[in-house]
Amino acid sequence: MTSNRKDPVLVVLQMSGAYDALNTFIPYNDPHYQDYRQLVNVAPDEVLAVDDNVGFHPALAPIKDLYDQGKVAVMQGIGYPNPIRSHFRSMDIWHTAEPHKMGMDGWLGRAIRDMDPNKENVLTGVNFGRGLPRALASSGVSVASVGGLDSLGVLTGIENPDQRTEALDIFARMYSPMIGSGPANDYLSQTGLDALKGADILATAPGKYSSTVEYAGGQFSQWLKNVAQVHLAGLGSRVLYTGLNPGAFDTHANQTTAFPKLWSEVTTAVGDFYQDLKEHDASQEVVILMFTEFGRRVQENGSGTDHGSGSVAFVIGDNVEGGLYGEYPSLEPDKLDQGDLQWNNDFRSTYATILEKWMGLDSKPILRDQYELFDFIK
Amino acid sequence: MAVNEIARAQGERSMANNDIALMGHLMRRAGFGAQYHEIEARAAKGYEETVEELLHPEDHPDGMDLDLAERYFIEWNHFVRGVPEYITWRMINSKRQLEEKVVLFWHGILCISDSKLQSYPTEYEELEMFRRCGFGSFRDLLVEISKDPAMVYYLDNCLSHKGNINENYGRELLELFSLGVGMDGKFNYTEDDVKECARAFTGWTIANSIPQQPYGRYAAKFVYNPNDHDDGEKTFLGETGNFNGEDIIDIIVKQPATARFISRHMYNFFIADDVEVPSWMDTPPRDPETIKMLEDEYFRSGYNIRSMLRVLFNSDAFKNSRFEKVKSPIETIIGTLRLVGDWTTPKPGLEFIFDEMKYMGQEILNPPSVEGWHTGKEWIDGGTLVHRINFAADSVSNTSFPGIQDIIARLRSEGQTLSPEGLVDGCLRLLGDYEMSEETRRMLVDKSSKGGEVDTASGGFPAKVGETLRLIAATKEFLYA
Repeated sequence: MTSNRKDPVLVVLQMSGAYDALNTFIPYNDPHYQDYRQLVNVAPDEVLAVDDNVGFHPALAPIKDLYDQGKVAVMQGIGYPNPIRSHFRSMDIWHTAEPHKMGMDGWLGRAIRDMDPNKENVLTGVNFGRGLPRALASSGVSVASVGGLDSLGVLTGIENPDQRTEALDIFARMYSPMIGSGPANDYLSQTGLDALKGADILATAPGKYSSTVEYAGGQFSQWLKNVAQVHLAGLGSRVLYTGLNPGAFDTHANQTTAFPKLWSEVTTAVGDFYQDLKEHDASQEVVILMFTEFGRRVQENGSGTDHGSGSVAFVIGDNVEGGLYGEYPSLEPDKLDQGDLQWNNDFRSTYATILEKWMGLDSKPILRDQYELFDFIK
Repeated sequence: MAVNEIARAQGERSMANNDIALMGHLMRRAGFGAQYHEIEARAAKGYEETVEELLHPEDHPDGMDLDLAERYFIEWNHFVRGVPEYITWRMINSKRQLEEKVVLFWHGILCISDSKLQSYPTEYEELEMFRRCGFGSFRDLLVEISKDPAMVYYLDNCLSHKGNINENYGRELLELFSLGVGMDGKFNYTEDDVKECARAFTGWTIANSIPQQPYGRYAAKFVYNPNDHDDGEKTFLGETGNFNGEDIIDIIVKQPATARFISRHMYNFFIADDVEVPSWMDTPPRDPETIKMLEDEYFRSGYNIRSMLRVLFNSDAFKNSRFEKVKSPIETIIGTLRLVGDWTTPKPGLEFIFDEMKYMGQEILNPPSVEGWHTGKEWIDGGTLVHRINFAADSVSNTSFPGIQDIIARLRSEGQTLSPEGLVDGCLRLLGDYEMSEETRRMLVDKSSKGGEVDTASGGFPAKVGETLRLIAATKEFLYA
């Protein structure tokens, strides 16, 4: 880490539904790949090869482009002990970093508490989406969660701007901790005022923003644009979180149609986001983590793939030492874990590396154990 | 009118107001709230009579046209999905409100989650079991839940075998479903008790599942496999014998800790927010007297849930607990929909209501862990608060809803003009006698007093009522029930 740069920022992109690792980062020269995937496959000459063994799906061209510039760490064979093939439980595990027991709070919630122990900034963590992902939830940690910068905050149903301003003014006074009683009053008051204040500050971001980059119209692209707007507005946000619509990548059927479309939407947006930051000379301030909850079954089921284990994740940014990390899991039939890719790379090592080497935090109290660190941060 | 007559008239009026306020409270807690005309009708019938009616769902029609709804919502065949929507529909429309509330109560304690089960038919069967057994003997309920296929799978009892136990169910039965970890600072059971308990439940398993293809999912079935049951001698909570699961439950239900644990859950769900369950070993109950009363009824009635609920709803502690609970997301959403009178007939979009529950932090059939949902102020964070306020505020300010039109008509019937105080107080009353702090009420009045007295016959009156209701729904006070 260099000392003269701005506070490091982490952007997390959650791809819910479990993207098919085998067709995302493809072992295109492995004969087993063509055997297992007679229909749900990518022809070797279409793969965007990074070496003689593996390469990106063509729909990930913008990521391949960043990879060629040395800005993408591919975390191969990522997973956790005793893999679980339930979307929700597995996503919980990625959120809480607790594979062995049900955890209640999120790793980023705990990290935000460490970054901003006195809660000086209500926008240290910001989520774009519906509902707060558990990764960001932790008792006493205030995180702004918004559906988008153009429909922000409370009482958005009031259409007349003057009336809304008046209502928000009353809202702020009604949520004064001085009003009301009961054991929860202080907490509820503070949460209401934080939400209001957060929305007020966030609402200033689009006005400060101009860019030549044109994001696509889809929800995910727009949320990434919002992430760029918030970061570039200099609001002191350190963790910015968003994702693709829940479940989109759950391609049990018709994978060959849906899958390239989804990746194309996602990676075009990520490429635009990177360009946007670059244009504003801010690309060195941000590291992106893109992940999914698990991989998919090695053997296709006809037109799609079922739930599996070992997966692939991506860490992207100017300060990332690009390359391949972890090992590509073997496709030898006897090396599979109940027909799934055998994970070899605990996701908490990726978390720990990001926390320690990028965010400058002590990862042990956040992850509740010490994990081996990678060298993917410069 | 003579002075004493006026005083008497005022006395009668305030008595009636008290009855209405109390009935509004009962319907929010023993149900998901009610519109004003229902509160009035029930108050006229009497408090104790209403409690009895609610306690005996089997004696009263549920008032739902489920046949019509099922024809409309074809996915309610439970083989595909649709179970959350089905439950949502019932909570909104069933006249047997306490029945639905009790289902939610047990669902939050005897937890299973769709994230592991991925089988709505099996989960549906469990909810029907709560509807069937949720008011009866707690002993029978524990037997039923131990045989419930959703539970057997959720807590791995199907993986617990003679000579090779899986402790998961044995432990949670003691820790989360009956005794609790400890009481009054002392542990309620030992690790050996957990193991012996798990041994007693070996052989309680589920039949091999019917393959999902080609016809979809079927509900799992419980089977008892005597060949896999460990019938050796066991020592559990100081008693020794060749115990089977039912024997263990017989020992569990007679423990004072079980009475305490269930009483605290009832108190926290129906009366007022207490501390979270993990603190119960060391933190005494918020209201020890009421807990003692419930514990006594537990033993007096032979572990009967209905009897405990009767004592609870008729207690002064309950009657004095208005607005002592932060509403859960489901209470917020269902309560709002019942208030505005939406979803009384089938129409598209019910799945979005289910999504709202998720966004507010209470996805039905999918609690975050076997501990269930944390309650009270833990429902609220920056994201869920904004969702909650906007959902409630947008709904009550929509003057096209029949429930809101009813409020407008009632206010109109009270006179040609309304003072700003009259408007605010009238809205609060018609929402089921909501109470505001004096400062909040003053702010609402100040806002509505712009323009002075309101002409109730004017074309702008409905919008004025809608805006007042919207602001009320955004208050801190409205977060409570």
